[in-house]
Amino acid sequence: MSSQANFTHAEAAEQFIADEPRTDWHDDTLWFVREKRDKAAHSLPEWEQLRQWASDIKYHGLSNMHQLLVDFEKNAIANGIQVHWAVDGKEHNEIIYKIIQDNQVQRIVKSKSMLTEECHLNEFLTEKGVEIVDTDLGERIVQFRKETPSHIVLPAIHLKKQDVSETFHEHLGTEKGNNDPQYLTEAARGHLRDKFIASELAITGVNFAVAETGGFVVCTNEGNADMGAHAAKIHIACMGFEKIIPKAEHLGVFLRLLARSATGQPITTYSSHFSKPRAGQQMHIVIVDNGRSRQLGRESFRNSLKCIRCAACFNTWPVYRRSGGHSYHTAVAGPIGSILNPNLDMQANKDLPFASTLCGSCSNVCPVKINIHEQLYLWRQEITKEGMAAKGKTFAMWGMSEVLAHPAIYRMAGKMGRWVVKHLPFLTNNGMNPWFKQREMPEAPKESFRDWYLNNKKK
Amino acid sequence: MSARETILAGIMANQPLSQDLPVIDVSAVIQFDSNLNQFKTVLESIGGIAIEIIDWTALQDMMQSDFAQGKRVVNAIAEIGSIDPNLASLEAAELASVQRAFVKGGIAVAENGSIWLDETAMVNRLLPFIAEHLVIVIEAKNIVATMHHAYQHVASFDTGFGMFLAGPSKTADIEQSLVIGAHGARSLMVCIIQ
Repeated sequence: MSSQANFTHAEAAEQFIADEPRTDWHDDTLWFVREKRDKAAHSLPEWEQLRQWASDIKYHGLSNMHQLLVDFEKNAIANGIQVHWAVDGKEHNEIIYKIIQDNQVQRIVKSKSMLTEECHLNEFLTEKGVEIVDTDLGERIVQFRKETPSHIVLPAIHLKKQDVSETFHEHLGTEKGNNDPQYLTEAARGHLRDKFIASELAITGVNFAVAETGGFVVCTNEGNADMGAHAAKIHIACMGFEKIIPKAEHLGVFLRLLARSATGQPITTYSSHFSKPRAGQQMHIVIVDNGRSRQLGRESFRNSLKCIRCAACFNTWPVYRRSGGHSYHTAVAGPIGSILNPNLDMQANKDLPFASTLCGSCSNVCPVKINIHEQLYLWRQEITKEGMAAKGKTFAMWGMSEVLAHPAIYRMAGKMGRWVVKHLPFLTNNGMNPWFKQREMPEAPKESFRDWYLNNKKK
Repeated sequence: MSARETILAGIMANQPLSQDLPVIDVSAVIQFDSNLNQFKTVLESIGGIAIEIIDWTALQDMMQSDFAQGKRVVNAIAEIGSIDPNLASLEAAELASVQRAFVKGGIAVAENGSIWLDETAMVNRLLPFIAEHLVIVIEAKNIVATMHHAYQHVASFDTGFGMFLAGPSKTADIEQSLVIGAHGARSLMVCIIQ
C-alpha cells in the first residue's frame, strides 16, 4: 500500500491516539509481550552469543547469496519442488495466478506470509475474481474486517475482543455480545476446518530456506500452515530471497532465537520442515526480489536483510506501541519496516524514518543484531539529501543550525524563549507548534545554565 | 533476461565480500542437570502433558479404552498395534473425524519441550495436525539439551516432511488471551519410556 498512502505516519498516529484508554491498552499489551521476550532471553546464558552467531550466519548468507540461491534451487528441484523467480510483487502475483489457472482450482487457503502482504496478493487475486481465505486467526479477523495486519506476528493486536466478537457475529453467526476468546477461537476453528478440508491449493510463507537441502521451514503456533499444506493437492511457498540460510544445522541457532524474541515462547508449536511434495502433490516455491537486490547493494542498509520477522523491535518501540501498525501505511510496520520501506519507495515512505526517538532499544532486542536505529538516522539523511524531508522540518533544522552556529544569537534566543514562555505562553501553546501537541510546555527557568555558572563562579 | 537471471545478476553485482561462517561451539551453550526433568517442566509450561511409562502396555490400554468408548483412533506406532495400510493415502475429509492419534517421536529437546516427528513416524503428514488429540511416545534416552544437539541427530530434510512439535496447537490472537486448540490438536500427551 506504500504507493497509495495518502496520509503520513504522524497524521494517522494522531487519529490512533485520540482514544486514550485504547492507546494505553495497546501500549501495555505490547510491552507485556516485550517483557515475556526478556524473560525468555535471560533464561539462556548464551543469548548474546546466539545473537552474534545468527547475525554472522546471516551476513555470510548475504555475502554468498548468489551461490546459496543457485544451490537451493538445484537441491529443491532434485527434491521434486518447482522453483519460480519473481523480480517484483507483480510477477509474484502473476506466477501464483497462473498456477491457479493452470490447475483450475477455486478453493484457496493461505497462512501468514508478510511477503504476500508486501506484494498485495489478496487484492490482486480478488480483482481476478479469485477468493483467498486467510487462515491465521488474527489474519482471518482482519480479512473479515477488510483491514490489513497491524503487526507482523500479532495481526489483530489493534483490536479488542468486543471488536472480534462483533466481526464474528456478522460473518460467522456467533452469539451477539459473547466476547469470550475461547468461544470465539472455537468458532473460527470450526469455520476454518471446513475451509482446510475443502481446500485445493494452500499458500504459505517461508521462515527459513536451507541451501544445502533445498528444503524450507515454516513456523506457526496454530498449525494453520500445515493444515493447509498437507490437505491441499498444491502447495505454494513464497519467500523473499533473504530467507536463505546455508545449512540445516543453522536452524538450531535461528529456531532458538525466533519464538523467544517474538512472543517469549521457547519455540513455536510447529516448526515444519518441508523438502518434498507428498505423493500426488505439487509443491512450488516462488523466490522474490522486489527491491531486495538493490538493498543488498546499499552498504549502510544491507544488514536490514538479515531480519527474521520476529517483531521484537515492534514490541519495544515507544512510537509503534503508541501509534499502532496501521499508521505506517506499509505491510511491514514498526522499526524494521521503517528501514525496509524507504528502499521500496522513498517518496511514499519518506515520513517513516522520522517517526522514531532513536533510543536504540529496537537494535538491542534484535536477534540478528541489525543496527536499526542507526539505519533510521542514515535514512533521514538520505531523504533530506533527496529533498524529500517535510518542509517545516527542513526550515526548523536550518534555523536551528544557524542559531547553534552563532553563540551570541544562541544566548539571545534563549533569553527571548524564557521570557516568551513566562509572559506570553500562548505564543508557544498553540496549534502552530507541533511540539505542543499532547505535551505541556515546561516552566521556564529564571536564567540559563551559562548565566548561573558565571554568577556562581564569581561567588 | 529471465527473472531468474535478472535477480541473480543483481545479487552478484551487489553482494558484499564473502565473510566466513561462525563456528557454533555447542559446548558453550546451556546444560541441564536432568534433560528429562527440564523437558517435562517446559512441556507442561507450554500446555502439554508429560507422563512416564514403563513399557508399551500403558498405551495399548489407553487405545483399548478409546475403542471401547467408540472413539475413532488412528495408530501409527507398530509397537502398540497394527497400522492401517491405507493411512498414508487418507485425505483430509477421511481424517477429519479422528479423535486421537498415536505417533512415535524421535529426538526430544529439553530446552523447549519439542519433539522431532518425521514422515516415517507420522505415516500421514496431516495426522498429527488434524487429530483432535495427540499422544506421542518418546524414549527418555532420546532427550537432548538444546536445538543444536537435536540437529546433530535428526536428518531434518530426508523424509520429505518433518517437524519439531512443541505442545498442543494454540493462539493468542484475540487480545493476547491464550487459547489452546487453534487449528491443530487440542491436547498433547507425551509418554516417556524409561
